[in-house]
Amino acid sequence: MSCERMEGRLVSYMDGRATERDRRTIESHLKECSACRARVKGFQGVWSMLNELPVHEPSAAFEARLRALLAAEPVRRSFWEGLMPAPRMAFAVAMLAIFSFWISSRQPVISGPPASSEAEFRMIQDLPVLENYDVLVSFDILSQLPAQPAQGQEKN
Amino acid sequence: MLGVREGDETSFELLLQRYRTPLVNFLNRMVRDTAQAEDLAQEVFLRVYRARKEYEPSAKFTTWLFRIATNLALNSLRDGRHHRLEVSIDQTIDDGEQEQSKLDVADKTPDIEHQLLERDRASFIRRAVDALPEKQRAAVLLHKYIELDYAEIARTLECSESALKSLLFRAYETLRIQLAPLVGGGFNAL
Repeated sequence: MSCERMEGRLVSYMDGRATERDRRTIESHLKECSACRARVKGFQGVWSMLNELPVHEPSAAFEARLRALLAAEPVRRSFWEGLMPAPRMAFAVAMLAIFSFWISSRQPVISGPPASSEAEFRMIQDLPVLENYDVLVSFDILSQLPAQPAQGQEKN
Repeated sequence: MLGVREGDETSFELLLQRYRTPLVNFLNRMVRDTAQAEDLAQEVFLRVYRARKEYEPSAKFTTWLFRIATNLALNSLRDGRHHRLEVSIDQTIDDGEQEQSKLDVADKTPDIEHQLLERDRASFIRRAVDALPEKQRAAVLLHKYIELDYAEIARTLECSESALKSLLFRAYETLRIQLAPLVGGGFNAL
């Protein structure tokens, strides 16, 4: 390998990123070329010296100024974000809708009549107006009516 | 950054804490002005924040971040050159380390004896880096301090990997020559 061809490979060799084939070629060249050996040593010195440059910490005001700039940024909302309610509100509305549907879907339970008024229940279940039964039950004059003949006797 | 894209403020805070110092240092070494470097760093974070919803992880976040930073730095340097001729030769700026002349034109034939008289070895090293052409300087800073790999640096500088390696070689070769007086403790007597 010539010194000119070393130009594109020397840095990656020093970084340890050269291919195995390039590494062997470069090391073979370095054994024979004092100029390139001096160059490698010089590059190592440069890298060491670059480490001596001090690290500059951002000033105390840097973050404060940046946060002020970020706070001043306009809030960008997409078209769909403008239509959509806030997530919590959407969740609350959804739960309310589910609860309302559940309540409305429950059928009222009609419990059977008490055992002591089974006969009364049979009498009134077809009555269009319940309060009439209440009146009839407590209407004393009905007790003076003659007893109704049995249905079988009427047909006869 | 994907967390930032989803609106996670904590993720953005983590990015800020992790990258603010290397970003400010990179920009400081590029533009050679501490106050301007911080202004540019804030602009970088603002651009990241504004573009968060469109971020696609097609490249590493570090590459994307320092590509923005490099472009801003190179634009700033280009804009600064237009004003340089109007500045008084006596006007100085405080870069946080020591005052230096604003007309810090790269000296192609350095006065070695004059430079050897300088007390600050770090200042000497920094001047050598500052004197590099902008793209070589950016390549050295991204390679040495940010430790991006060659593909990432090439993408940042918009060149091929082979062109980048040549760029780095020329930059280190220049520095090797400029910093030769420091080899072997040449500044220790000062």
